[in-house]
Amino acid sequence: MAQPLRIVVAKPGLDGHDRGAKVVARTLRDAGHEVIYTGLRRTAKQIVETVRDEDARFLGLSSLSGAHGHLFPRVCEELMSEGLDDVIVFGGGIIPHEDREALFEAGIKAIFGPGTPTSEILEFIDQASKMDDAGVGQGNEWHWTSKA
Amino acid sequence: MALDIKGMRGVRLSDEVQSASNGSRRSIARVLSSIENGTLSLSQALESLSPIVGEVDGWSIMAITGAPGVGKSVLVDALMSRWAHQGHNTALLAVDPSSPRSGGALLGDRVRMTSVDDEAIKERVYVRSIATRATSGSVPLIVEDMAKFLVAIGWNRVLIETVGAGQSELRCAAVADRIVVVEGPARGDGIQAEKAGLLELADAILVNKCDLEGAEKHASELKESFGLGAGEAPPIMLTSGLTGEGIESAASLLHDLPSSQRAKRARMRERLLAQHERRLTSHPLYNRVMEDLAKGTLDIEKALMTLKGENHERSG
Repeated sequence: MAQPLRIVVAKPGLDGHDRGAKVVARTLRDAGHEVIYTGLRRTAKQIVETVRDEDARFLGLSSLSGAHGHLFPRVCEELMSEGLDDVIVFGGGIIPHEDREALFEAGIKAIFGPGTPTSEILEFIDQASKMDDAGVGQGNEWHWTSKA
Repeated sequence: MALDIKGMRGVRLSDEVQSASNGSRRSIARVLSSIENGTLSLSQALESLSPIVGEVDGWSIMAITGAPGVGKSVLVDALMSRWAHQGHNTALLAVDPSSPRSGGALLGDRVRMTSVDDEAIKERVYVRSIATRATSGSVPLIVEDMAKFLVAIGWNRVLIETVGAGQSELRCAAVADRIVVVEGPARGDGIQAEKAGLLELADAILVNKCDLEGAEKHASELKESFGLGAGEAPPIMLTSGLTGEGIESAASLLHDLPSSQRAKRARMRERLLAQHERRLTSHPLYNRVMEDLAKGTLDIEKALMTLKGENHERSG
C-alpha cells in the first residue's frame, strides 16, 4: 500500500468497555494502517477535534452502553460543522439491527455487531477508501451491509 | 503537480498552506500530512508564506526522549499545559513505532493528554501523532520539516516526543535544538550513569517518578557522574508526573534552556548521518537498488556507488 490510512478509533460517552475498540485498533494496525486511539469516555467534540488535528481519513466509534442512537449522530454533526465532510465514519458495539437505519441516515457507512469477523472490517475499509464520496457529509447513500 | 491534497477535493496546497498560517487546524493537519507523505517539501510550503516577524529567542524545537515507560507523555502534557497558559503556542509531535511486519502503528500518546481538552488553552495546544514508518531510529527525519513548518506559522514551542529510546539512540539530536532526557528511578546502579550515550547529549535531565523510591539516589549518581567529566553538567531535576512535584520549576527551566556546549561534535555527527540516510532513501533509484540487493544481483559496494548520496530531493 502506498500510504498507510490514518484512522481514529474512539469511545464516545460513558461506557468503559474498550475490548472491542482495542481488537479493532489492533486489526487495523496489523493490516498496515496508522491507528490513533483516543481512550475512554470522550465527548463528541473531543473526538472530532482529534480527527481534525490528526488528519484522519476514517473514524471508528465503539459503544456498548445503548447510547449509540444519541452519540453517533452527534459526532457526525460535529464533523460536518468542522468542515470534515470527507471523513468516513463506521461504528460497532451492541447496536440492534432496528437502530441501524437511523445511523446510516446520519452518515455512518458501516455498523459492525458482535461476532463480526475482523476481515469484514478490513474489506469495508478497503472498499470505502477507494470511493471519493463516502465521507459523512458527502451525501452518498451507499453503506456497507454487515451480517453480524 | 503537488497541488491536490489526497487528490480529493481539489484544494490547492498553496491555499492550504495559507489557511494553515491563518490558524485553520484542519489545514495545519493536512499540510503536515503532505510534508510527511512527501507530496510537499518544506521549502515549497515556506515559499507561499510571508517571512515571520519577531522570531523567538532561544529554542523552537525540543526533543523529549528516554526509555519506554519513564513518563514522557505525562510530563510533556504538563509542560505544554504550563506554556500554553503563559500564552505560548505549543505543539507536540508524538512519535510511536510502526510495526516492522505490517507497517501499521497504534498511536496512543493522546490517551494521556489532558491539555488538548482544556477549554482555556486548547487553541494554543496542537498534538499530532506520528509513526516512524520506514526510518531507523527513534525519530523519522521528516519530523524536523514538520516541526519547522509549525514554527514558521507561529507555533514557537514545538516538542518532539521520541519513541521510547535506549542508550545509543541519538537520532533525536539531528532534529531538535534542545534535548531533554527523561529518566526514572532505579535505573540500574551507578555504573549505568557512567556509560556513554544519550545522556552525554542532554541539555537537561529530568528524573521522573520522584514519588517513587530510588529517584533521588539516581539523580545524585547522575550528578556525580557528570562531575567526573570535563565541562559543565546539564541541569538535573526531580519531577513527578503523578503528584506534580517539580513540574513548575522544570517548566520554567526548560522554557529558557540554553544549549549545552558539550558534545557538539556528536550532535553534528547525528545530523550528518541522518541527512545521509535520508539522501540514500530518497534517491530515485533507491527502490530498484533495494530489489537488486535482495535478489543478490548487486553488492553493497555497487549499491552505494549507485546511490552516491547526492541531494535528490525536490527543491523549491
